[in-house]
Amino acid sequence: MSQATTGAAAPQVTPYRAAGRRHLSDRQILLLFILPTMILLICMNLIPLIYSLFLSFTEYSVISGTPPAWVGLDNYTQILTSADFWANFATTGRFAILSVVLETAVGFGLALLLRYKFRGSGIITTLILVPMMLSPIVVATFWKLIFNPSYGIFNYLIGFTNPNTAPEWLGRSDLAMWAIVIVDTWMWSPFVMLLCLAGLSAIPDYLYEAASIDRASAWFQFRRITLPQVMPLLLIAVLFRTIEAFKQFDLVMGLTGGGLGTETVSVRLYRLAFQGQFDTGMSSALAYIILVVIIAISNLLIRALNRVREG
Amino acid sequence: MLKKTLLLVVLVALVALGFGAVSAQEGVTELTIWWAEWDPANFLQQIGNEYAEETGITVNVVQTPWGEFYNRVAAEWAARGNAFDMVVGDSQWLGQAVTEGHYLNLTDFLVGEGIADTVTPATLQYYGEYPSGSGQYYAYPTEGDADGWAYRKDLFEDPDNMAAFEAAYGYPLAVPETWEQLRDIAEFFTHPDEGLYGVGVYTQIDYDAITMGYENTMFSYGGNWWEGEDYNVLGIVNSPENVAALELYAQLYDFAPPGTNNAFFAEMNDVFINGQAAMIMNYFAFFPALANPEINPYAETTGYFANPAGPDGQRFAALGGQGTSVNAYISEERQAAAIDFLRWFAQEENQARWGELGGYTCNSNVLESEEFLSVAPFNPAFAETMTFVKDFFNIPEFGSLLPITQNYLHGFIVGGEGTAQEALDNMAAEMDEVLAEAGYGA
Repeated sequence: MSQATTGAAAPQVTPYRAAGRRHLSDRQILLLFILPTMILLICMNLIPLIYSLFLSFTEYSVISGTPPAWVGLDNYTQILTSADFWANFATTGRFAILSVVLETAVGFGLALLLRYKFRGSGIITTLILVPMMLSPIVVATFWKLIFNPSYGIFNYLIGFTNPNTAPEWLGRSDLAMWAIVIVDTWMWSPFVMLLCLAGLSAIPDYLYEAASIDRASAWFQFRRITLPQVMPLLLIAVLFRTIEAFKQFDLVMGLTGGGLGTETVSVRLYRLAFQGQFDTGMSSALAYIILVVIIAISNLLIRALNRVREG
Repeated sequence: MLKKTLLLVVLVALVALGFGAVSAQEGVTELTIWWAEWDPANFLQQIGNEYAEETGITVNVVQTPWGEFYNRVAAEWAARGNAFDMVVGDSQWLGQAVTEGHYLNLTDFLVGEGIADTVTPATLQYYGEYPSGSGQYYAYPTEGDADGWAYRKDLFEDPDNMAAFEAAYGYPLAVPETWEQLRDIAEFFTHPDEGLYGVGVYTQIDYDAITMGYENTMFSYGGNWWEGEDYNVLGIVNSPENVAALELYAQLYDFAPPGTNNAFFAEMNDVFINGQAAMIMNYFAFFPALANPEINPYAETTGYFANPAGPDGQRFAALGGQGTSVNAYISEERQAAAIDFLRWFAQEENQARWGELGGYTCNSNVLESEEFLSVAPFNPAFAETMTFVKDFFNIPEFGSLLPITQNYLHGFIVGGEGTAQEALDNMAAEMDEVLAEAGYGA
């Protein structure tokens, strides 16, 4: 009896549900999965992005309680005609060039050294990767102690054994930027190394074997085999590091507080947007200028990357 | 089915009862106070615990590092938030907080109940009143503070040092009476080969430290930040008095321990405790650590003195300290509870207890009492200092003015960029721009 009841009810419900499921096409299912992410992105990224674009054309302070007042291009004009802001961009550019060049050289060098397996190479590689896993503000705090002329170890390691004549890295305008570059290089060279190692391990051995048979020198092999093969990954590392360098904030704030000519554009943006000033309109404009600069630089690097891949 | 219905009814009844129970407890059971991360905030927590014992209302003092304190409060203001009921805020914040409506007007409470008469007039003016002279008060003066000095008595009273100093400078080694003498003493004690330096001074660029440090010399040299009701800064910020004061401050930095290029209160105490500095500048609120032998090995031989005089005999000290304000965005019920706490806290016996714990009371009677003057070795210097304090701008634009002073002072004092005159000329021009844009002097 119960079987009969079940059997009678089933044809009424199941076809309806099945039909409902069948109505969802693959594309609809795809959209269903994407929708939560899309909603999150729109709410958390797109709307604030558009709103901040609007704010960049207004005079507005988020804590003032007064509504934004439209000022057109005034904020952009003020920023682009201000020597102070250009100085911040120049500082950022100087930092980005110095740090990215050093990180690329050190990272690639380390990758070449660790390319072939040897006893303990695994643990050494892991240890080298530790700095990039640390929080930048923790790194900055440690390095402040390391740079201290009285008891820090850095001066001792580079040969200044007398604290009285040792340079004060974080207290001199001519050294403060170098101090930040050194810390950034220490922290992020392992990242470049990691990508280069991946590139190096993908180079087929037969290329080197063929070159050796042809009696090619080590330098020739490096120039004609190693470098071209690693170049795509090396450029990706450079791309990531350049973008990060243009956003440099934590290390600067932690090491110098942005003083002594180390105020990068991100530090300036932070001060303008929050610290004491809360100039939301102007800081939105500056943020957009930074965004455009980063997109432009990224584009140049991506084009270079594509040329390398194609060529 | 019946069982399910019954279960549902029971659940609904339980939920309704639960809500009923919550709505019956409408009274405020806890208060949140925001303050910076430092010893006085711990003392306030202790006072809060005593309040909780008496009233059953828990008081939580939430501490934020000094460098981020203003940002955190300002972010809460921006959100019109109610994360705190009271904030122990800097005097500079008053203008902004009042004009933007973040603080509750406490005039009726403070004046109406006679509490305003219990605190020293200077603290009521600087910590609570806005605009100046208006008789409108927005904060109860809580932590009176100013810059003072700690020094190593063992070094100052060493016979060899005394003889050598007198031979070199022509007057006896003692607590400096002028800034020039302080400079001489700093120079005398600077022996890098022994790891000893003359003086530690504020240099931090992050918030307001280097500006506050420089103010001590600037005010004492007869200088000022502005003149007149329209806040004229041109010729004032870059006056000859200010230039001389800045040059002296930069000279003091020449005798500071290495590594103090971005230093505030913690670094000052550090260089003193580790024996690197013969004298340090610091807010009195940070001196309890120096009087503690478990922290400071020189605690027994540490002396304290108030700011020396400038060339014309004027003595001033940069005002620190804060008043407690009530958040305008919390419910009326919470505002009333916050005022109840302030009423209790302002009572003389509780202010005496505040002073006993290590807080710097602004209560006139307690300040003058023998108990307060003898409770800590630095209290006499503190009481003396509080008679000649002066403050920075407290207008809403202070947030835009402060980065200008910080950058130029740090650039010249620490970075050696340009001359004192150039630094102050540039500073004055930029400050004038900010003030003109805000409508002052129009």
